[in-house]
Amino acid sequence: MQKPTDVPRQAATQGQAFQPGWIARNRHRIGDVVTFALLVLILFPFFWLLQMSFRPNADIFGDALLFRPTLDHYRALWTGNFPQSFVNSVMTSGISTALALVLGVPAAYALSRGRFRGSRRIALWILATRMAPPIAFTIPFFLAYQQLELLDTTVGLVIVYLTFSLALVIWMMQPFFDSVPRELEEAAWIDGCGVWRTFRNVTLPLAAPGVAATAVICFILSWNDFFYALVLTRTKASTAPVAIVNFIQYTGWEWGRIAAAGTLVMLPVVVFSILVRNYLVYGLTAGGTKE
Amino acid sequence: MRIFTASGDWEQRRRRSLMLGLLPALIVLAAVTVAPGIYLIATSLTPLNLTMPHTLWDFSHPHANYLDLITDDPRFMKSVWIQTKLSMATVILQLMMGLGIALLLNGQSRMRLIARAGLLLPMVLPPIVVGILWRVMFTVDVSPFHHFMRWIGLPVGSLLTNPATALWAIVAVETWEWFPFTMLMTLAALQMIPSAPIEAARIDGARDRQIFWYITLPYIRQTLVVAGLFRLIDSIKAFPLIFVLTDGGPGDVTEVTNYYAYRQAFTFSLWGYGSAIATLMVAGIFLLSWLIDRMTGSMHAEAN
Repeated sequence: MQKPTDVPRQAATQGQAFQPGWIARNRHRIGDVVTFALLVLILFPFFWLLQMSFRPNADIFGDALLFRPTLDHYRALWTGNFPQSFVNSVMTSGISTALALVLGVPAAYALSRGRFRGSRRIALWILATRMAPPIAFTIPFFLAYQQLELLDTTVGLVIVYLTFSLALVIWMMQPFFDSVPRELEEAAWIDGCGVWRTFRNVTLPLAAPGVAATAVICFILSWNDFFYALVLTRTKASTAPVAIVNFIQYTGWEWGRIAAAGTLVMLPVVVFSILVRNYLVYGLTAGGTKE
Repeated sequence: MRIFTASGDWEQRRRRSLMLGLLPALIVLAAVTVAPGIYLIATSLTPLNLTMPHTLWDFSHPHANYLDLITDDPRFMKSVWIQTKLSMATVILQLMMGLGIALLLNGQSRMRLIARAGLLLPMVLPPIVVGILWRVMFTVDVSPFHHFMRWIGLPVGSLLTNPATALWAIVAVETWEWFPFTMLMTLAALQMIPSAPIEAARIDGARDRQIFWYITLPYIRQTLVVAGLFRLIDSIKAFPLIFVLTDGGPGDVTEVTNYYAYRQAFTFSLWGYGSAIATLMVAGIFLLSWLIDRMTGSMHAEAN
């Protein structure tokens, strides 16, 4: 193995003397500095919102980085409708994720192990639901929910979220099951375990990290949804992203409080992304790569 | 012989019980995707307007909505054109930015690994928060960008309320939000390039730029095409950003097709008309998906 620090010296001996010596010697360090600068520059709006949420109202538009941080904006949120919408968000995302897992995990296993005639067609169908624009689902769901009195209910929103979360679970879990060796299952079959008991006792524990990662990504996607919640809820079941918008429409752009609300809404997503960062890439590009 | 039939029997039982595990998911998926799809197409053939109950299931002029859309709705045509501009610009910019940053980050150092994780942030943030972040950046009184420009003596007016710049402001934010996707896919492709041809070229005296054009780029070309098509499809669904930043305005300069369909249905209550627009969007998206499938298929064949 070659240590990174050895590379510039080697490059220099390979006759790239046309580069000024200092740049050649510090190539890696310069790369790191450029990378860091780029990271800060790109994420700047994110950091700006964070600091704004702690800035006192008197100085909310200020640029000075030194100020006395305050929790006033968060406290103000606590007294309004926001906590309820936060609870709604947790409930809706949690229940829809649980449902999608209960239905989707066995389905992914069946697709991974069985050779069904329609397997390829099912895969295409799942891809198609990922591609279809949400507006195509919202119009029929809205019309049906009016009849069924499911508008502005958590149940209604949970059902709609299945349109994308179920497809995602099936799509994401299949490769995890593919990678569990069949020999382990065969041993259990010989001992007289049925297909699904083998699945529960042998395969599922081995694929547990995959299930956890899938659950987190599923939760994030439901949590992030704005369009379905905007159209299908009003006040009772409205989720946190919609609550922010309602709040803006009532009180105008109260920047400090909006920044605090935005920070609270993105907080779980940021924490979860850090937890599952290794699987995140895979879930986010689901469907973009074939095996 | 007996063992053979027994195992065949067992195999059949196994298949049947696997099928039982698959069935509930397929039924639910059909109920939440196929049924609404059929309902959408059905309403698109009616002049459904909820303020006029008799318009429900009125199939007397099934083509009326589509005929209107294509021959007699300049606002729809304009929305398609705005959508085309937005999609083309964002896809090209996302590919360039994603590729550039992927090339920069395609090395092994601690800093680069941190950056690779950190730069995922824009695409995992809730879209509504992305809208708010940039609403802050684009509002003249609040934005540090506008403060800075005024401080150096080059004040900039509001970009979101100026019809000439509003769409490009959206393009910038959309690019910011989704370049991580093209970056991720490009990084994955870059890591699959074998090192032998690059080393050979280097020994033969090839410059970095030549290595990029003649070795790296041909290797990752397919991935770039697929990533671009995926982004193209998703860009057609842009909604939260436009909702928070411009609400389709000023006038209708940022009213993309998706937004127009939303307004027709949910603001003007013209459900039949909105459904027809949504149906056309689904048709367009499926056409693009079919293209992706062909391309990933041919890529697969090429790899073997």
